Amino acid sequence: MFFFHFGEYILLLKKVFKKPEKWKIYWREILHEMTEIGVGSVGLIIIISTFIGAVMTMQIAFQLVSDLIPNSVIGQINRDSNILELGPTISALVLMGKVGSSISSQIGSMRVTEQIDALEIMGINAAGYLILPKVIAGVIMVPALVTVAIFCALIGGLVGGSATGAVSPNDYILGIRDSFNGFTVAVAMVKAFVYGFFITSIPAYKGFFVRGGALEVGQAGTKAVVVGCIVILASDYLITAMML
Amino acid sequence: MIEIKNISKSFGENTVLKNIDAVFEPGKVSLIIGGSGSGKSTLLKCIVGLHKPDEGQVFFDKQEFTKMDFEEKIPIRKEIGMLFQNSALFDSMTVEQNIVFTLDMFSEMSRKEKVERANFCLERVNLAGKNKLYPAELSGGMKKRVGIARAISMNPKYLFCDEPNSGLDPATAILIDELIQELTEEYQCTTIVVTHDMNSVMGIGEYIMFLYGGQKFWEGTNEDILRSDVQELNDFVFASPLMKAAREVIK
Repeated sequence: MFFFHFGEYILLLKKVFKKPEKWKIYWREILHEMTEIGVGSVGLIIIISTFIGAVMTMQIAFQLVSDLIPNSVIGQINRDSNILELGPTISALVLMGKVGSSISSQIGSMRVTEQIDALEIMGINAAGYLILPKVIAGVIMVPALVTVAIFCALIGGLVGGSATGAVSPNDYILGIRDSFNGFTVAVAMVKAFVYGFFITSIPAYKGFFVRGGALEVGQAGTKAVVVGCIVILASDYLITAMML
Repeated sequence: MIEIKNISKSFGENTVLKNIDAVFEPGKVSLIIGGSGSGKSTLLKCIVGLHKPDEGQVFFDKQEFTKMDFEEKIPIRKEIGMLFQNSALFDSMTVEQNIVFTLDMFSEMSRKEKVERANFCLERVNLAGKNKLYPAELSGGMKKRVGIARAISMNPKYLFCDEPNSGLDPATAILIDELIQELTEEYQCTTIVVTHDMNSVMGIGEYIMFLYGGQKFWEGTNEDILRSDVQELNDFVFASPLMKAAREVIK
């Protein structure tokens, strides 16, 4: 079963990356999808990452009660864990739920209402026209959203830590500036790029091959999110193992 | 002209079509009729290339469509217009965008020319001025007519209609039939209609193929049906008391 789906997914990607019929039309779709995926999710990402940053700061402070450890370490740990793991991965899981289910149900509905058949009869590469703009928008906008998420998490940590007295603003800022390794940002961006690809392509695959009606479209959305989340976590492990 | 030779199609153990041959001529409305599950829509999908037949060939003006790959089929597909059972209009696009979509993809026409073409197609189906409406704002009959307008936007040589009258009131159904017949004569296109609407059968059936149990069971014209003594065909066409009475009157 796994190999059947994997093979079908690869064959679909082969169709997706065929030369577009007209770049102008695809470009218009890419911009539309960038707005849908990026602008449409930025509010949610800001809220979630700000709270995660604030909570992380308080929990790190709670666990590091020692006169031997300077308080600035709280900022440092918060920074690295947000850049390396929480920013990219939590954002990706949230986006898989929001964007992934939307993509799967959109394409699935088009399949069951014969709109995909209509595209194919017109001589249009339906897989390319429907999926390629989403994948390109995903690999551009997810890294952008992850950048926003990391920034908001750091700000959230500053505000949350100061408001509760867990760490002073000076110590926190000193911590997030201390021994910064730029490579962690590169790791975060690689993760975000890969997640952006999976967040768009896996739900698109599930939607594209839906058979049946409304019930199956809903089930495909659920499966897309479940499979997508597992793939994100597995790729998180692999990228971390390879790059760190 | 479309010619099909020895078309067979199965889904797993279920054989849907068995060795079907037919010739569909240009300028004529050809109907494929049969009961539910007889394989009508599957045959249509095999002809347009949405299903790959297990055996047999489909020729569009002597060109063997079944052995072409996706790219080779594109020039023929550009000459195909298709009306789907549920219209299959793109939900996210307005009526005008639905009609100009193929022109956007495949023509080098200017924006003004495309809008003019869309207006012409909409006028042709009596929907002038509905350009900016979305499919969700249209009635079933209007959706079908927009589907026809989209199908004729590229001046099709081949027109396919999958149950164009399903879900329509009798008056609208007759309008759609008349429109299909007029367009077939106007564009001299090869038109294939899948239907089980008896008004269509008696009204526009210049060539009728009756499918039964996945096989071509009978072929002829709407006038031949009245004289037919094929039991399976009569059971299907004259199933209702009204049709039985009409047959007696005509006889």
